[in-house]
Amino acid sequence: MPPEPLIEAAGVAAGYGGPPVISGVGFSLLPGQRLALLGPNGGGKTTLLRAVLGELRPTAGTLGVQSTCGTVPQTERTRLDYPVSALDVAAMGALSRLPWWRRPGRREREAAGRALDRVGLRALAGETFGRLSGGQRQRVLIARALVQDAGVLLLDEPFSGLDRPSAEGLEALIAELAGEGRAVAIATHDLEQARRCDLVLCINRRQVACGHPAEVLGDLAVLEATYGGAIVEIPGGGGRAILPPHHHHH
Amino acid sequence: MLEPLQEPFMQRALAEVVLVGAAGGALGCWVVFYGLSYAAESLAHSIFPGLVLAAIAGVPLLLGAAPAIVVAALAIALCSRVAGIGREAAVAVVVTTMFGLGVLLALSPQSPPGVESLLFGDVFGATDADLATAAGLAVLVVVALRLLHGQILIAGFDRGTARSLGVSPAFADAALLLLLAAGIVVAVQGLGNLLVVAVFVGPAAVARRLSDRMLPMMLLAAGLAILAGVAGLYLSYYAGTAGGASVALAIVAVYLLSLPAGRVRSSRRPAVARAEVTIA
Repeated sequence: MPPEPLIEAAGVAAGYGGPPVISGVGFSLLPGQRLALLGPNGGGKTTLLRAVLGELRPTAGTLGVQSTCGTVPQTERTRLDYPVSALDVAAMGALSRLPWWRRPGRREREAAGRALDRVGLRALAGETFGRLSGGQRQRVLIARALVQDAGVLLLDEPFSGLDRPSAEGLEALIAELAGEGRAVAIATHDLEQARRCDLVLCINRRQVACGHPAEVLGDLAVLEATYGGAIVEIPGGGGRAILPPHHHHH
Repeated sequence: MLEPLQEPFMQRALAEVVLVGAAGGALGCWVVFYGLSYAAESLAHSIFPGLVLAAIAGVPLLLGAAPAIVVAALAIALCSRVAGIGREAAVAVVVTTMFGLGVLLALSPQSPPGVESLLFGDVFGATDADLATAAGLAVLVVVALRLLHGQILIAGFDRGTARSLGVSPAFADAALLLLLAAGIVVAVQGLGNLLVVAVFVGPAAVARRLSDRMLPMMLLAAGLAILAGVAGLYLSYYAGTAGGASVALAIVAVYLLSLPAGRVRSSRRPAVARAEVTIA
């Protein structure tokens, strides 16, 4: 019997009350699969992730999610001046399972320690979150999702701002976590990393394409429809790249 | 050192600053992290008409302060919904209106003498009933902070993900504002309308420089607030200065004394290396 998909979307439209921000989105993600979510800024990647999370109800189509979703935000969205340790942040993942008046106790902190161990950060459990490197912070936020016992991981541009060794280490970790039977959706601007996923979904207000990386990313028309004119051919056969979206934090 | 403690008014004043310090210091840490310093100041000013009305009617100040703070909070919520008015401007409009109303009432012939103590505090004038009310509210604030700690911590850490962790940021905001209102009502008796914000912002700002975990920070802030409160009372007792202002100045002094210590810590902090990745 083939495994049941953890996420199954068909004809999904979603938005914030006005005209839909995304429409016509359909894909299914099996346990163990990694989905790269490509699209320009403002193209609806975050809207789709919020719909999967259940924060937005689809205005059309059907969207079934069969597991707890753990969100891994960009670490810039978190408070880096906050007085919390890596372990404190990982333990936040336990809160959704506890009654509202309870703080994470010993059991939850042990689970947080195991999750930090899993992402290779046991030794830094007591370090202040804001003092970790970008890649380490991303791992702590993944550990938080593991404490949530999430079968679906939603990562929002996890590689942005990372140097190459950190990005490669993080990519290997994500592959391992998927290998354990989780479904992983990764919003990214990095075509090379998208190429190594199991599925690629291109979205620019509507779904442009969804399929295996080789066929989706090999089609210049798809990339143009996804990114508009912001694609450049790298001279000397280096492949194609997307002109990076303007960065605010320079 | 112990001589002032023989005086009953001094004993009550000490009890008052301990209650105010414990609730205000701990709550102040969240005020600092949630960027609520301006809200704290505004809420404090906007209860002035309630305090004056309570003084005119001769009822406990709490009975005036509580409804006034609710009116102010609702008015701010309503005004910030008016298109083109930001939240900050809405707060300014409501606060100046409420405070002006308070001044009008205070200058009316019905107003009893001594209304200035509502502005500057009367830490030595606390009655047993005032103390009992302050104790009740302080316990409420501390217990609520303990129960809601996880929720407030997560909502402040990253709002965008809080919901997926089972936490409502709007609930955390509302709970904090309500607790802040309760804390202000506790502290206003001793520190007065104009100085009350000191106890919420000063000790927490110091503790933030000296501690990098939330619970130690809250305990430290409470301890510093109590210490500054007691020091202010002694200053007032021996130098004959105004009670509330002495406490507020002692808080500022603690902050100034902590500045060198904070510099030492921040220079130890390793710079986090940042590399922009270029897309292959």
